Amino acid sequence: MKRSTRRRLTQGVLYAIFAAVILFVLLSADWGRIQPYFFNVDVARAAFPEILTIAAKNTIVYTAIAFVGGMLFGLLLALMKLSPVLPYRWLATGYIELFRGLPALLVIFGFAFAVPIAFQWQAPGGSVGAGLIGLIVVSAAYIAETIRAGIEAVPKGQVEAARSLGMGSTWTLVTVVLPQAFRIITPPLTNELVILIKDTSLLFIAGMAIGDRELTTFARDSLTNSANATPLVVAALLYLVITLPLTQLVAKLERHNKRGR
Amino acid sequence: MIPVAHAAPGTTAVPAIEIRALCKNFGENEVLKGIDFHVDQGEVVCVIGPSGSGKSTLLRCVNRLEEPTSGTVMVEGIDITDRETDLDDVRTRIGMVFQQFNLFPHLSVLKNLTLAQQRAKKRGRAEAVEVARRNLAKVGLSEKADAFPAQLSGGQQQRVAIARALSMDPDMMLFDEPTSALDPELVGDVLEVMKQLAREGMTMMVVTHEMGFAREVGDRVVFMDGGVVVEQGRPDDVLGDPQHERTKLFLSKVL
Repeated sequence: MKRSTRRRLTQGVLYAIFAAVILFVLLSADWGRIQPYFFNVDVARAAFPEILTIAAKNTIVYTAIAFVGGMLFGLLLALMKLSPVLPYRWLATGYIELFRGLPALLVIFGFAFAVPIAFQWQAPGGSVGAGLIGLIVVSAAYIAETIRAGIEAVPKGQVEAARSLGMGSTWTLVTVVLPQAFRIITPPLTNELVILIKDTSLLFIAGMAIGDRELTTFARDSLTNSANATPLVVAALLYLVITLPLTQLVAKLERHNKRGR
Repeated sequence: MIPVAHAAPGTTAVPAIEIRALCKNFGENEVLKGIDFHVDQGEVVCVIGPSGSGKSTLLRCVNRLEEPTSGTVMVEGIDITDRETDLDDVRTRIGMVFQQFNLFPHLSVLKNLTLAQQRAKKRGRAEAVEVARRNLAKVGLSEKADAFPAQLSGGQQQRVAIARALSMDPDMMLFDEPTSALDPELVGDVLEVMKQLAREGMTMMVVTHEMGFAREVGDRVVFMDGGVVVEQGRPDDVLGDPQHERTKLFLSKVL
């Protein structure tokens, strides 16, 4: 048998297996029973427009706040971890190990309830605001490690070139090291962002007013009210509507940045 | 910051670089074992020697990219190992060219040349761009101002790196094996730029394996081996009639 014929044959078999598996799953599902509870058009329609104007909007807003906060705080932690001052390194290492080791849900709960009681402190934005601080605190720990890796991946010669031109350490960091570091870590940072979009669903533990609800909390409330799971499916689709264009955008950005490497 | 005594042009009272009893250890490894070395103003000094002889380390001690273990390094009469010295200010007067070019890959060629002018020399954008374009023209790459380093050949990148160093209007230039990472057919263009610099009277310290360049352009050749200066003198003497066995051995391998 010719080599090309054999390759075509193998590929054909692989396609056939793929199609068979899909077909099997679709046929073996009980569509008659699942349809009214999970794909109910009337229930789906009832979720609109609030699922967009409140829930999806809040998911995006919470993600943006947590990501920007996590980036700023994470950058600070990364710089502390690379600092020549030993106590800073200890502090950053301790922080990162602590908050990477705890479930985000517990940290959010702690910031929403334990911290306000302990310090007589009222978070800006109420209980959701306090929960968001918890989310920032957790995401900063992950982002810090990503940024540190990015900074360390910038070749040493880059710093030497900048310093030999008489640029101070701060300008070297801001104009030479960080721009290259962020290019290197664009893929893992995208990952952090996508994880964060989904982790905003943990904010419910902080307690939410009607207008504060994000996608998952909104869908769960609808589920309870209508005794129907369709809102969960709608929420799931909306998560994809948010994440898929985002990852595409970053992939495009990455290709654009390649020219400078 | 300490006041800087600039020597008037033409005076040789203050050497551009003066190094005394310089030692550098990397852990247990003694790389420089008490080097005495100087470069006069306007002089072109080529440092040659086998790899591991410490010549690159010596060069990198001049602008303190390497921290000397002991000894003094004076640049235009300023002790750069002194903690009170404004190192960034001294470095703006010492141009450095690296073996691996070290251009900033995320910036266009023009931005590579203007960045430090604006940040370290506090020049305005218009002036920085003008200086950058003048130096790009000097290395024959005016048309590459908007290109990114990755779009240039190695030889072009190294010429941009030279232009970048020159844009700071340095009093002297350090070259750390500037042609060692280049394909053979690209070496000539870079050496030509360096020769032109030498003709213009630039003070240069060149660590190199290009014996032809050392002979043609160098005012003095310094041969290093095992962390010490073995011999030095006029290029024709050192390269043509070496006095020491180690020099003879090295030259017999490279010439």
